[in-house]
Amino acid sequence: MHPALTGATALRILRQLRHDPRTVALLLVVPSLLLVLLRFVFDDEVFFARLAPQLVAIFPFVVLFLITSIATLRERRSGTLERLMTLPVGRFDLLLGYALAFGLVAVVQVAVVIAVALGLGMETEGSLWTLGVIALVDALLGIALGLFASAFARSEFQVVQFMPAFVMPQVLLCGLFAPREDMADALYWISVVMPLSYAVDAITEAVERTEVTGDLLVDTGIVLGSAVLALLLGAATLRRRTP
Amino acid sequence: MDTDAVTATGLTVRRGGQDVLTGLDLSVPAGEVVGLLGPSGSGKTTLMRAITGVQRITAGTVTVLGHPAGAAPLRTLIGYAAQTPSVYADLTVRENLTYFASVLRAPRTDPDRVMAEVGLTDLARRPAGELSGGQHARASLAVALLGSPRLLVLDEPTVGLDPVLREELWSLFHRLRDRGTTLLVSSHVMEEAGRCDRLVLLREGRLVTEETPARLRTRTGVQDLEQAFLRIVREPDLGHGRHERPASEAPTGGED
Repeated sequence: MHPALTGATALRILRQLRHDPRTVALLLVVPSLLLVLLRFVFDDEVFFARLAPQLVAIFPFVVLFLITSIATLRERRSGTLERLMTLPVGRFDLLLGYALAFGLVAVVQVAVVIAVALGLGMETEGSLWTLGVIALVDALLGIALGLFASAFARSEFQVVQFMPAFVMPQVLLCGLFAPREDMADALYWISVVMPLSYAVDAITEAVERTEVTGDLLVDTGIVLGSAVLALLLGAATLRRRTP
Repeated sequence: MDTDAVTATGLTVRRGGQDVLTGLDLSVPAGEVVGLLGPSGSGKTTLMRAITGVQRITAGTVTVLGHPAGAAPLRTLIGYAAQTPSVYADLTVRENLTYFASVLRAPRTDPDRVMAEVGLTDLARRPAGELSGGQHARASLAVALLGSPRLLVLDEPTVGLDPVLREELWSLFHRLRDRGTTLLVSSHVMEEAGRCDRLVLLREGRLVTEETPARLRTRTGVQDLEQAFLRIVREPDLGHGRHERPASEAPTGGED
């Protein structure tokens, strides 16, 4: 692995984003608008206070899954990935470059979402930094899964379908809509193997307790571990030789 | 045989149950412009991908500059421009070149040098996606020139170019050869065959012939290279000249 190549790749991806200001605006504005919408649809401060932190964990995950999977799919299909595979750059240099660039995007997005959520009445016992770090780890999970998922898509149509396939079951089962403990056994056990469940557990822990608990660290660790696993699986899909 | 930049022995590539290349034996001498000719579907692109090491091969060996194709040391020694321009459409020409130059650890001045060589200096700040077809192809070619590789593998680099630009690119190829670079250039335009030092004709995944344009003309008794190829295809007995390589016919430029 070469930090210089990771840096150059991250810089290149950020430059691509700079040429596409509309995407950047959508990345920052859409989650905030959805938060505002939810606040007034439910029109219930207590309910929103419970919901908002979980959304802070879920939004970056969903959005970054989507943009990472499409960006890497474009790289695979435009021939630039094949070109890079003939050059002295390793697959981890590329993957970490992607993770770094979109991770920076996630930092900005998470900051905006947290600020808007606080403005709308979200309350937290734990520190905002803890909340931010957990949201960022979730974003990293979205990036890693997006990198992995793009390997199985041949077109933009397919990759957009992966969003409901990879993401929606996790959102449905993560405890956002119903507490996981109350679910039917089968559903509960499915939720146990889904990393987003631990993200929501961690953020709930962070909101309810002032101190950083052991449970919080374990949950966040599981999310981070899943992200690393997805990155490794994603690396396995980057092949120098193709049929 | 260190005078050969590329050697392929028994190269076979099977894809979807069909042979794309069948038992191909080929050697590309160093310091020459070698034209890879053949109709579309004849296996030109697959052969080029095998040489650059991105093609999974079924049987045979490919040796490039003394290394097995795809070996790590080759990654700075080969410049490859695929048929579809492989640059980032949303980056400018310069941003593309800056990125690939940093991947190659090429000199900082390289992006400017290669832009001048392919005539894109005036379009440095234009996003690659807004370039015309020919400009787009030249941007992709410019990336292949970064880091001054010893072997250039160019898949149809002159497609869609007007005669003036095509002429300019061919003089660039000859200049590069005179500096000692080996070039493998594919084309389906026979009029370009005459610009090459050596010709390789592929047909249905097999090597039909490999020799210099002059020798091809004498052997077939036809001046026009397109006609010469037609004769070779129709009379397979004529196609056995590929291992003869008289020294008198070697170009003077690429001696090493």
